[in-house]
Amino acid sequence: MDFATSEQPVSGTAEDGLPERTPLSASTTQGLKIVVVGGFGVGKTTMVSSVSDIRPLNTEETMTQAGEGIDDLSAVRGKTTTTIAFDFGRISLNERTVLYLFGAPGQERFWFLWNRLFSGTLGAVVLVDTRRLADSWYAIDRLEHHGTPFIVARNDFGGPEHTTEQIRDALDLPESVPLINCDARSRESSKEVLITLVDYLYALSAGHVHRP
Amino acid sequence: MSGPDRPDRPGRTSRSAREESPDRLYTVTGGRSHSDPKEFDLVTLVVSECSPTITMQSEHAAILRICQSPTAVVELAADLDLPISIVRILLGDLLSSGRITARHPRSTATDTASSLPDPDVLKQVLVGLRNL
Ligand SMILES: Nc1nc2c(ncn2[C@@H]2O[C@H](COP(=O)(O)OP(=O)(O)OP(=O)(O)O)[C@@H](O)[C@H]2O)c(=O)[nH]1
Ligand SMILES: [Mg+2]
Repeated sequence: MDFATSEQPVSGTAEDGLPERTPLSASTTQGLKIVVVGGFGVGKTTMVSSVSDIRPLNTEETMTQAGEGIDDLSAVRGKTTTTIAFDFGRISLNERTVLYLFGAPGQERFWFLWNRLFSGTLGAVVLVDTRRLADSWYAIDRLEHHGTPFIVARNDFGGPEHTTEQIRDALDLPESVPLINCDARSRESSKEVLITLVDYLYALSAGHVHRP
Repeated sequence: MSGPDRPDRPGRTSRSAREESPDRLYTVTGGRSHSDPKEFDLVTLVVSECSPTITMQSEHAAILRICQSPTAVVELAADLDLPISIVRILLGDLLSSGRITARHPRSTATDTASSLPDPDVLKQVLVGLRNL
């Protein structure tokens, strides 16, 4: 991994037009999170930047091979550690509430840290590329295992057309789980994805829809 | 090449703590190793209660400067270029000495398979998203 090559221009004139991080209002008391998860190159970072108030930032957690965070520093010394990187953006919803949007990789080693990083998440968006549906099987399986409610958003890369039924079938997705099309590059479309997720969460928590 | 994009901000040093040895991380935290992960969620908002002093460890001073306005733990980690768990330890120091306060997320959400987010919170999120 060569981080240096993926660095973007730092001035406010970068092409994404997003501002550098602006301070949150002093009255902000509540942080919420939603996770966008998916395979490599599926558009996670793109979706986060499409709706974020700030240019996405990148951070990471380091864990020992046992899958633990490195709280115990003495134990780290001499142990092999693995690092999971993820990016995030931010949406100020009102003067008290800020929503953090995380773009997280779906690869296997990442899930060791799910509870540590993303417990308490409102829900998740599984972003899929229909040319590589199998990339999302593991993520869907893990979310179900962790009891995290999710929707599936199909990012259109111009691959062959598939019907919703075909995708549902390939993903073994219950009828009750929303499946929508999106273009992660579009702010409106990405907003719609989040609204679909939160609508679904609302229906679940109000008891209108039952968990799959 | 396969890692996530790495958008960057001005003022960020190119030196990455991430590729450094655990020994550097050991130095940053003075070898202390206790932080309760439940104490600082990724989106816990941290607020400074005092100004940094010149005798302070530089990471502590940086946190106090950044947190003059509420700042999430994950933003601090990105700013300081340190892993989350190290930031949690640093925050634990500052919290126990009363130099910061923490605004924790309400535990309304899916910690367990059975609990779901509070409908009132979700309504608030929907309104906020629709107004974007
Ligand atoms: N055609 C098309 N291209 C897209 C769409 N979303 C993202 N892309 C492009 O796909 C490429 C990968 O997008 P990223 O957002 O970097 O994907 P990612 O999931 O963050 O990738 P990794 O972090 O490397 O796993 C970029 O060149 C995007 O411009 C989309 O909806 N349609
Ligand atoms: Mg990415």
